[in-house]
Amino acid sequence: MANEKIQRITLANLEMNFQEVEQGLTNQEAVEESNRCLYCYDAPCIKACPTGIDIPTFIKKIASGNLLGSAKTIMSSNPVGASCSRVCPTDELCEGACVLNHSTKPIMIGNLQRYATDWAMKTGQTLFQPGQANGRSAAIIGGGPAGLSASRELARLGYEVTIFEGSEKAGGLNTYGIVSFRLPQKISYWEVEQVEKLNVNIRTNTMVGRDISAEEITENFDYVILAVGMAHVPNLGVEGENLAGVYDAIEFVKATKSGQLSEEFVGKRVVVIGAGNTAIDGATCSVRLGAENVKILYRRTEEEMTAYDFEYEFAKQDGVEFRWLTAPKRIIGDDSGRVTGIECIKMKLGEPEKDGRRRPVAIEESEYILPVDAVVKAIGQTRHLKLIEEFGLTHDRGVVKVDPETFQTSNPKVFACGDVVFGKGNGDAMVVTAAQQGKDVAHAIHKRYSVVRTAN
Amino acid sequence: MADLRINLAGIQSPNPFWLASAPPTNSGYQVQRAFEAGWGGAVWKTLGDPILNVSSRFAAVSFNGQRVAGFNNIELITDRPLDVNLKEIYETKKRFPNHAIIASLMVEPKQEKWHEIVKRVEDVGVDGLELNFGCPHGMAERGMGAASGQVPALVERQTYWAKEVANTPVIVKLTPNITDITATAEAACNGGADAISMINTINSLMGVDLDSWNTIPHVAGKGAHGGYCGPAVKPIALNMVAECARHPHINVPISGIGGISNWKDAVEFMLMGATGVQICTAAMHHGFRIVEDMIDGLSNYLDSKGIASVSDIIGKSVPKYSDWGNLDLNYNIVAKINTDVCINCNKCHIACEDTSHQCIDRLTDANGMSFLKVREEDCVGCNLCSIVCPVDGAIDMVEAVREMPPMTWNERQAALSGAAILKADVTK
Repeated sequence: MANEKIQRITLANLEMNFQEVEQGLTNQEAVEESNRCLYCYDAPCIKACPTGIDIPTFIKKIASGNLLGSAKTIMSSNPVGASCSRVCPTDELCEGACVLNHSTKPIMIGNLQRYATDWAMKTGQTLFQPGQANGRSAAIIGGGPAGLSASRELARLGYEVTIFEGSEKAGGLNTYGIVSFRLPQKISYWEVEQVEKLNVNIRTNTMVGRDISAEEITENFDYVILAVGMAHVPNLGVEGENLAGVYDAIEFVKATKSGQLSEEFVGKRVVVIGAGNTAIDGATCSVRLGAENVKILYRRTEEEMTAYDFEYEFAKQDGVEFRWLTAPKRIIGDDSGRVTGIECIKMKLGEPEKDGRRRPVAIEESEYILPVDAVVKAIGQTRHLKLIEEFGLTHDRGVVKVDPETFQTSNPKVFACGDVVFGKGNGDAMVVTAAQQGKDVAHAIHKRYSVVRTAN
Repeated sequence: MADLRINLAGIQSPNPFWLASAPPTNSGYQVQRAFEAGWGGAVWKTLGDPILNVSSRFAAVSFNGQRVAGFNNIELITDRPLDVNLKEIYETKKRFPNHAIIASLMVEPKQEKWHEIVKRVEDVGVDGLELNFGCPHGMAERGMGAASGQVPALVERQTYWAKEVANTPVIVKLTPNITDITATAEAACNGGADAISMINTINSLMGVDLDSWNTIPHVAGKGAHGGYCGPAVKPIALNMVAECARHPHINVPISGIGGISNWKDAVEFMLMGATGVQICTAAMHHGFRIVEDMIDGLSNYLDSKGIASVSDIIGKSVPKYSDWGNLDLNYNIVAKINTDVCINCNKCHIACEDTSHQCIDRLTDANGMSFLKVREEDCVGCNLCSIVCPVDGAIDMVEAVREMPPMTWNERQAALSGAAILKADVTK
């Protein structure tokens, strides 16, 4: 990408810091790169894509100048394919599987996918049509990647679909949870719009359990799909957590996505607790909000960190510091109730736990205090327990139990997909995996319906 | 979605994409796989008296890292017994009644031979026949293929013999290894051909190995010319199709062949007068599945243009193709370099300076940055700079202000001779 300049952080205009970092391919780059694709038969990249996009076909269509066909190929397999082109860990998925890794260098599949979907977005294409109405209705709880994906598939199969979305806009993680400089909101909105064009009714600002009861939904729809994802970041369980200047990373990122950027972090010292992708987001957002120093504190080491390698690299380039084997012990505030520091304790790795990762153990009397102005918590997410219980579904600490084939919960009318069913050992909670689960649930419902219909 | 069906001289197919008579259409297994993949028709690999093939048959040109820019072969017609082919044609047609199956035929230039084979293949239900007067290697040495196809009288006579007994449409496939393809095309029409197809492959030697000094390919250290095809031959084929399409005495449908690799190539051939296209090399490079994008891309193209049927584009560019003498001498275009896009490789400058009209100047701006500028008054609008430019949008060829009204060479000569006659009259 010849014209790409390394984006420097500016304090003069914080909004500039939140512009998309990666430039899209130029037409010429896209043509050259698409012609480099071997168009493998039974290609490994297809198998490496959780949604099974026919990658060589969509790339061939870019090469032939059939961009509409290319975008349809992508989006038919992945209803959030424009977002995924930006946020997928492609070097672990499609690009990692590209056969050219063994001879030259892999095809830039993510960038080509973005090129084709950007074209569809820019030219205002309508890619799909709703199916002929089959008289069945489905309620989708949650308009994130899994919910949108399920809705899109069901609408194409002729179901009357209603999405219940608690936020102001649908899109879930793609709209609110992924930093703007990776994924601008307009991309997510376009994907939502594609689903709406299939006559899917999206009821935003409608939280199930608050604005409408679970019972009402279960009674009024033929099928219910629970795709609510996860909730807020849990408490650290340390003193000082309620001080001003302590943030939930999810809320922290969300605030940077909805327009107005806060100037209050300019020149401040921020620590982020945790080392997953959300922690990286919290840290890089802090840098882009003008923080003078940003540290990630993690009680384990680089080895156990769950953030993607490219996110780790990105954070390092943003100047984020990493403090391994460091756990928070207490957040310290001043008389006005504002954060002034954090007391940390050094850790060491002990015996392996059930998941194989070594347990961090505190080193006695290793406490020290870091003076900080803000603390961002990113140690995972809690589950929507109350809602799950309102639906009366069997679950394991908030992870809804489903039949692995049919995605059916303990209530035969209720299905679940996405983060709400992802627990340890149930696969990676990637956007692309959620999208596939959404498709799978829709197809499972349709299969069931078709069987019922044939029986009648 | 636009209607992609075509009707070529009475042969109907669900789309204009046929597999050409070649290795991909060697057997029922292959043709059935092709139809499953979406191909609209197939011209079965040429039937005749079974032959013997050699080992080492194909070679390709890789151009700057792009594989199969050009392709050649020394494989002959079918090496399978006629009755086996006929049985498979019958079975394939039964399974795919709506797809076009055309039998390619090549026999000795004898009336009874043509009568016999035409009857036998029509008995198994083919939709049409294609007479192979094009194959340039091997068979030509035995008086068939291109050896027949290079002699207009032989083309006419053999077409006539086939037509004497044929009940299905007869397509005559022409060789490009001839000075003027319209001569043999016209001969085919005179013989009663219902359609013509072109081009067959071009005589070629793919290369010589620098170490062994063997030809590429070679058969036990010896080589013979092959037939050249693939993307590199497209411009040659397109011209031959266009020349036939605009010829006043050639009024039969054309099946376009030669380097067609994608839907865009197909659109070009159809705009230049082809009713449908035949494809081989692209399928040999990528498999039958490439037809999916050909269909999808063509359909999206027609939809985007608001064209209801692919048949509506046939020949639409033919009136735009003419003789040099009918081109406007007073039409001017000049190069414009967009310095904001230009990457300063100076390739346009050196191409123009050394090999064209010396009108691209290398200048320096107030900040000491070099830039390129066209002296428009000296630019002849040759396109060379925009051709060698490696960056899209850096050089535009734009229409210059017209100084004189349109006038072609032919008009000019007519005017001059008119003036001369007038002058002669006056002096008389």
